[in-house]
Amino acid sequence: MDGLMVPMEHVLVIAGLLFICGLFGLMLRRNIIFMLMSLEVMLNSAALAFIAAGAHWGQADGQIIFMLILTVAAAEVAVGLGLVLQIQRRFKTLDMDQAHRLRG
Amino acid sequence: MLATLFYIAALIALTSTMAALTRANAAHALIYLIVSLLAVAVMFFLMGAPFAAALEVVIYAGAIMVLFVFVIMMLNLGDTGEDREREWLAGRNWFVPGAMAALLLIEMLMVLGDFQGVTSGNAVSPKAVGIRLFGPYLLAVEIASMLLLSSLVGAYHLGRRFIVRRGEH
Repeated sequence: MDGLMVPMEHVLVIAGLLFICGLFGLMLRRNIIFMLMSLEVMLNSAALAFIAAGAHWGQADGQIIFMLILTVAAAEVAVGLGLVLQIQRRFKTLDMDQAHRLRG
Repeated sequence: MLATLFYIAALIALTSTMAALTRANAAHALIYLIVSLLAVAVMFFLMGAPFAAALEVVIYAGAIMVLFVFVIMMLNLGDTGEDREREWLAGRNWFVPGAMAALLLIEMLMVLGDFQGVTSGNAVSPKAVGIRLFGPYLLAVEIASMLLLSSLVGAYHLGRRFIVRRGEH
């Protein structure tokens, strides 16, 4: 038997729903802190799918890819929050629609 | 029974994620997001990946969320801070996330009590993960370390200017 106690499709559906939550959060919210949180949710759902696949076939590769995703998430959030501080200082707002000066 | 626990954890993860991304207040959203990450950690544990579950709690719910808390607290400093603190301590704000987290803790205790459940199926042990990580995936580890170093330099560069300017004013 495989290492999952539930059908793998169910786990993938849950991961997909989490990803959709994150995607809609990213598209609908304009506060940059919420946009970063949505990115975290999306990375987390991808990690969930990897862990499910690794457990399904009993391989360690899923958990290794999870660790790499964790690294990417940590790096992204560290630089992203540094940018949040800069944006708050420069534009005095966290609304991303106000920070359109790069558009030229 | 373990499948039921899994579905409960999945339900908690979905509802708390939706609640997190629809809050107006960033601090409330953060609490729901931490509950969501804890629920995903319970799902990892139930899927036979205990090492990934521990990493999820320690790094995601611990370190990354603490970064968010620091930044939100830094940005919220103002005259209205005290009223906001008082409002945060009101019971209705932390009751629902607290109940969700307590439910997850009960699930965890049930799984730990039922030792058969943890080892059912072919769970991947941390030892197997470590052997793979420092064998075929050695290059990936090096790339991850370089990524972390570059993000450290970038975050220091972005944050240092902020702190210096704040000190001058």
